[in-house]
Amino acid sequence: MRYLTTIGLEVHVQLKTQSKMFCACPTGHGAPPNTLVCPVCLGYPGAMPVMNEEAVHLTVVSGLMIGSHISEFSKFDRKSYFYPDMPKNYQISQFDKPLCEGGSVTITLDGQDKVIGVTRIHLEEDVGKSTHYAKSSGVDFNRAGHPLMEIVSDPDMESPEEAYAYLQALREILLYAGVSDCNLEEGNMRCDVNVSVRPENQTELGTKAELKNLNTQKGVLNSLYYEVSRQTALLERGERVVQETRRWDPDKGITTSMRVKEDAHDYRYFPEPDLLPVVLPREQVEAWRAALPERPRARRTRFVSEYGLPEYDAGVLIASREIADFFETAAGLAGNAKGVSNWIMTEVMRVLGDDACTLSALKLTPESLAELVKLVDSKTINMPGAKAVFEVLVDRGGDPRAIVEEKGLAQVSDTGSIEAFVDQAMQENPQSVEDYRNGKKAAAQFLVGQVMRLSRGKANPQMVGQMIADKLGVE
Amino acid sequence: MNFDFSDLTIASAQAAMERGDYTSEALVSALIARIAEKDAEIGAYLTVDEGYALDQARAADAARAEGRQGPLLGIPIGIKDLLNVEGQPCTCASRILEGYASPYDATAVARLRDAGVVFLGRTNMDEFAMGSSTENSAFRVTRNPADTERVPGGSSGGSAAAVAAGEAMATLGTDTGGSIRQPAAFCGCVGLKPTYGRVSRYGLTAFASSLDQIGPMTRTVRDSAILLGAMAGQDPMDSTSLDVPVPDYCAALTTDLTGVRLGLPREYFVDGMDAGVLARINEAVEICRKLGATIVDVSLPHTEYAIAVYYVVATAEASANLARFDGVRYGLRAEGATDPIDMYGKTRAQGFGPEVKRRVILGTYVLSGGYYDAYYLKAQKVRTLIRGDFEKAFEQCDAILTPTTPTPAFKVGENINDPLKMYLNDVFTATANLAGIPALSVPCPVAGSELPVGLQILGPAFGEELVLRVGHAYQSKVEEGN
Repeated sequence: MRYLTTIGLEVHVQLKTQSKMFCACPTGHGAPPNTLVCPVCLGYPGAMPVMNEEAVHLTVVSGLMIGSHISEFSKFDRKSYFYPDMPKNYQISQFDKPLCEGGSVTITLDGQDKVIGVTRIHLEEDVGKSTHYAKSSGVDFNRAGHPLMEIVSDPDMESPEEAYAYLQALREILLYAGVSDCNLEEGNMRCDVNVSVRPENQTELGTKAELKNLNTQKGVLNSLYYEVSRQTALLERGERVVQETRRWDPDKGITTSMRVKEDAHDYRYFPEPDLLPVVLPREQVEAWRAALPERPRARRTRFVSEYGLPEYDAGVLIASREIADFFETAAGLAGNAKGVSNWIMTEVMRVLGDDACTLSALKLTPESLAELVKLVDSKTINMPGAKAVFEVLVDRGGDPRAIVEEKGLAQVSDTGSIEAFVDQAMQENPQSVEDYRNGKKAAAQFLVGQVMRLSRGKANPQMVGQMIADKLGVE
Repeated sequence: MNFDFSDLTIASAQAAMERGDYTSEALVSALIARIAEKDAEIGAYLTVDEGYALDQARAADAARAEGRQGPLLGIPIGIKDLLNVEGQPCTCASRILEGYASPYDATAVARLRDAGVVFLGRTNMDEFAMGSSTENSAFRVTRNPADTERVPGGSSGGSAAAVAAGEAMATLGTDTGGSIRQPAAFCGCVGLKPTYGRVSRYGLTAFASSLDQIGPMTRTVRDSAILLGAMAGQDPMDSTSLDVPVPDYCAALTTDLTGVRLGLPREYFVDGMDAGVLARINEAVEICRKLGATIVDVSLPHTEYAIAVYYVVATAEASANLARFDGVRYGLRAEGATDPIDMYGKTRAQGFGPEVKRRVILGTYVLSGGYYDAYYLKAQKVRTLIRGDFEKAFEQCDAILTPTTPTPAFKVGENINDPLKMYLNDVFTATANLAGIPALSVPCPVAGSELPVGLQILGPAFGEELVLRVGHAYQSKVEEGN
């Protein structure tokens, strides 16, 4: 018997705003506990929420990026449940009138595109963070009230790999939109998964489990592998899957039951009387739509058609909006898109990886990289020289031409000077000359290398190779 | 300095201080002495911070010496104990907030502070403003100065009793279903519930967020106009406060009602009403007619549903608003809990009184899965009808006159075991909260041992000027007669 898997994701994304969702407290990580708090986000008697308009803007932008319908009339509701990390013991969220409805994210697996539907995106406030000690617990409310966007997918994914790809694609889109840092490890992107399994001849969906505590992208993948096999094994033994919430234990690699459906909360939603409904005029939404960045998938396609890049290059470059923007500026100036792409995919990525930093931290600019590519293309410098210039551009920036001058890296293309080095190299290596005459290509490479050494790297290696071949009458 | 506390008003005290008859410090000292003398019997106050009040009074005197003026400079007022004043207690008359000191000023409080007001003390109330007699205070009973066997009304009973007993010339109350107007009527003082959104609720410990309003309780309508003017206006901290210009309310106070159409809603003049109340209201209507007003009959057909709607909406909102009192961050935390749920249960069991528990349970019930549509949603629909009633009525009249309550003050303990009978005290007042409109209670003149009776004047949203004008003209005429 074959089994079919159905997966839906609820992704919580902390929005990148200056202040919290309903008060003026700054958002931020790493501050000492309970220092970014005020009567509002601590739920003190009499304190009232005031909506952060930027959070609404970022949520709508997210919706527009995935083609959601943006509600002209939306509202906030109170979701009641008691928990120590929740200051008011109700969360201000959105129940039946979310900001964004519908939309989709396209994923590509094994070269096949698949559209994953999005049910809705709503805006709410984050809760605090509990820490448990031997005999007591503490709550840090710095995070309480951070704007949190919840993106609910349709149950459209049919494998753990599809869920993983959806999460990746969604993250890419949100990073492009600039609405969040989307870092799962830092908790500014969190994910709950609903998963069920059913025999292939059954039309109605199987009983689902909700998985929590998926703090990494790998966690999403691995917990799903485990859960799909657990549920499949139950069904194969003729047992029933229980509807429940299960916690992923990344150390043991298993999920364990947290609570069954009978214990489910009755959240007693009702409209938040302290806030007015959110009314978004059409013109406002259209203005935001007009200012949207290009979506990553569209950009990848355009990079292939406009710059003639291989699919692979385009995929690597668009993964980060910052890098893709950098590429486009440099490629436009250099007139050699593939050359710029090669530099970015090798040297730039290496530096970013080594230093674990972002592009903006480097002194390298699109202008200087473009200039460097042009210097190579015009054979003013050779590759070893160019790499030396690149290191300088990364560390202290500047004009590549000036650095070439300063370091005396200009390539020697003057036939007279090169000929002297060629003659010297041939005299000193008669065996290699002989081998080359007899058709050994490696010997030619060796001789070119010797000339480069004698010229301290400045000779134009192509000219050197040609001159040796001419002298020996080899084709 | 001898003060006649039964007659002192904001306006007269300000005039006296401007003339240099006495200082704010002298006035505040005298009031503190008056409270010390009277309050053991009345029980209007929960706390009086003498040092805090005298410091503010001296600061006001110093400002005056430097040339500062203002209608509220150096004027002492009492504050209902659910409004936040920085550094002061805010118990809401509940054990669960015993020992809590507020970290901030309510916006209305901050505006009065800026105007030079002295905060005299904290007045008693029904716990979390839930009640109509102030008997639900966790700390003390407040007695009606007109007859100490009787309740002062509620929930702002301490604020009303303080004014009536001469322990304050003015106080702040809050009104969710009549909590300013009903005690004002019971004690014989003026009480104003402004339009919803007129005065910021920021810093008002919420009972029912869509109904609560802060308002003044005073001896004269003029004093209410002064206090309203100082507190009103949009507040960035309260999204439900509205951007409507604040007029000069005192400038609207005339003694002539020519051309004003006053509506009498037949649903508010019902069988079983107290004969004395009916007689006083009929006299008041006659006085208004003599002042030039036209009296018209109007109908508010959905009035009979108001109490039911009110107790669904208010308890639903309260059940969420009071969820924050859990022992985690402030206030009472019960000892000996084994886990968070146990801590919530024990803390709330010990910290809340029976009426608060009753309403939290009711509110939780009406919001529960499967009941929401039948109760909360239905109540909101009827609420819209009640609002519509008033909109239609205000096409035929400019303001509406009714009794504030169907009966005068009842005896302490009389209704405490009959919550339904207690809830019916709000029958004429809750409609204004449901409709979000302004309503004023003005005392009617009563003879000798007769209990105070209140005339309620209701106006359209943001119609405070007219409501105050009618109240002032009536009060002036009545006092002229005395």
